Amino acid sequence: MTRLSTCFDALRADNRKAVIPYIVAGDPSREGTVTLMHRLVDAGADIVELGVPFSDPMSEGPVIQKGHERALANGISLRDVLAMVTEFREHNTDTPVVVMGYANPVERMGYASFADACAQAGVDGLITVDLPPEEVKPLNAELTRVSIDNIFLISPTTPEARIKTIVESASGFIYYVAVKGVTGAGHLDTAEVFSYMSKIKAETALPVCVGFGIKDAASASSIASVADGAVVGSALIDIMAQAMADGDTEQTAADHAIALLADIRQGVDHVSRGN
Amino acid sequence: MTEMHSPEFFASVPDPQGRFGPYGGKFVAETLMTALADLEALYRDLSTDPAFQSQFDSDLAHYVGRPSPLYEAARISDEIGGARIFLKREDLNHTGAHKVNNTIGQALLAKHMGKKRVIAETGAGQHGVASATVAARLGLECHVFMGAEDVQRQSLNVYRMKLLGAEVIPVTSGSRTLKDAMNEALRDWVTYVDNTFYIIGTVAGPHPYPMLVRDFQSVIGREARRQCLERNGRLPDALVACVGGGSNAIGLFHPFLPDEGVAMYGVEAGGHGVETGEHAAPLSAGTPGVLHGNRTYLMQDENGQILHTHSVSAGLDYPGVGPEHAWLKDIGRVQYVSANDDEALTAFHRWTRMEGIMPALETAHALAYAEKLAADMSPDQHIVVNLSGRGDKDILTVAAIDGIEL
Repeated sequence: MTRLSTCFDALRADNRKAVIPYIVAGDPSREGTVTLMHRLVDAGADIVELGVPFSDPMSEGPVIQKGHERALANGISLRDVLAMVTEFREHNTDTPVVVMGYANPVERMGYASFADACAQAGVDGLITVDLPPEEVKPLNAELTRVSIDNIFLISPTTPEARIKTIVESASGFIYYVAVKGVTGAGHLDTAEVFSYMSKIKAETALPVCVGFGIKDAASASSIASVADGAVVGSALIDIMAQAMADGDTEQTAADHAIALLADIRQGVDHVSRGN
Repeated sequence: MTEMHSPEFFASVPDPQGRFGPYGGKFVAETLMTALADLEALYRDLSTDPAFQSQFDSDLAHYVGRPSPLYEAARISDEIGGARIFLKREDLNHTGAHKVNNTIGQALLAKHMGKKRVIAETGAGQHGVASATVAARLGLECHVFMGAEDVQRQSLNVYRMKLLGAEVIPVTSGSRTLKDAMNEALRDWVTYVDNTFYIIGTVAGPHPYPMLVRDFQSVIGREARRQCLERNGRLPDALVACVGGGSNAIGLFHPFLPDEGVAMYGVEAGGHGVETGEHAAPLSAGTPGVLHGNRTYLMQDENGQILHTHSVSAGLDYPGVGPEHAWLKDIGRVQYVSANDDEALTAFHRWTRMEGIMPALETAHALAYAEKLAADMSPDQHIVVNLSGRGDKDILTVAAIDGIEL
């Protein structure tokens, strides 16, 4: 059993849906990230998604782009991100951590070294935005060797025939990108998400979590009614960035994010428990 | 070696996965994979469709003004006293550069796909102008992404695009140059993929772009090869072209690749000097990695972050390069060298004053290297330089560097 499958089994047994916050490692500060991860878990996160900062985050909207820029200004590398996971694991051995980023930092480290370093740090899953199934085989072989799940994105433009190809390479869970566009953009249409969700469910028994466009308890709650989990990123990063721009300390800024996540947890549980 | 240089060998790339050896591929977000597959399928049909090809040829003849001349730069060749230098005059194309060969082709593809909106990234603005031009001609909505720094240094081209009806979006993220413009264009494409055709301006990006841009630009090399045979009765000894993303270079080189006796030199932007680290020469000083949809040589640090580049020419100021160039470097078919800012500026002035041809600053890098190469060769040898674009757009930049207020 991997941490991710244990986590989803427990949620299912409890008739609950997953709440998955995304933060950029090293944003707003290098020192604050691990504390923030623990606080997110305390506020109700089931899984933590840790963004690896990249100089050219092509799928991110302006909010997360700025998070990447701040983290890079703090000198955060892929090795630093993995060191944060190691530190997180000193006090938390249960909550799955998924690392999300772009191919080049992983390419640079080398697939085998990267897989070994992830396993050693206690990473559970990987999402690489620009490694579709066509390009992922060599990395997947290394991840499989160390039992780390590879999580793939499926988008509204993915044809049904292709869903099959994607789920064949996937493990852990499926990440459904609910809107065409970059992170933080767009308007969620729950009915559309629901109808597409059934196409994915027809091809795989893996949990399907939804991200892109979830901003608050209401949108998280409506997504939780049709999916196995809700990913929230831009809203958390934005609320912290705005607070810091207004002169708040990092701790106070994090308080706002934690309050938002607790709200989202409530919204999601409200649905899971059948209203 | 004979087998390695067969036409079949060079025709074997890219493979069906879009790979040139280990380079190329389709490293993009899932949302774009279907759009790329559709484009690939359409292009596979149209590239062998005589009606499409004759439309393309006709547009190149009557709208672009092809074939472009092959001109012997007699005065400079005489002064150097080495090899004779011939210029493939892409600067005489409509819109003033080779870029339009590709935008004509991709606009035809957009029309076939029924897309009403086109987007493009641009560095020097030449590809943006060429995209805005074909969009105006076909009545398509056009949005051009341009690094905020490039908007400043290429203001003439920005206004040209606006006159042509395009919207120019200054990109303020990252290094505010061509790389960031491409990020932003990809973000736009992900958002509006249903109604939008992305006209990529160089032989980079995800498959099938490096292949189709190469095919559209190869008209340069096909004409040059024929013109050399007609005029000189033989093939040239060397080809020289500047390389940013590498579209004018691949356009000139590709039809000559099987011609073993033709040496090829791709000239990257040396900036302040490759040894200073402030340059845009990934083939000369970079390492392989993944950016903008393909695996290729990149300027990156030890953590895989893309480095800021520097070049006096906005069109070469890019940290990556087309994957076919990466492959041609590895197999040794093309030599990749560099010319720095000062050498390019010297060449800009020299060719303007001695041949009455004002080259784009990008092209001036190729000319600077060709002068050195010619000096080491004999007068019975021939060099063809791709004069990829005209320099009018760079007048303000050059004046500012020379301390002249206009």
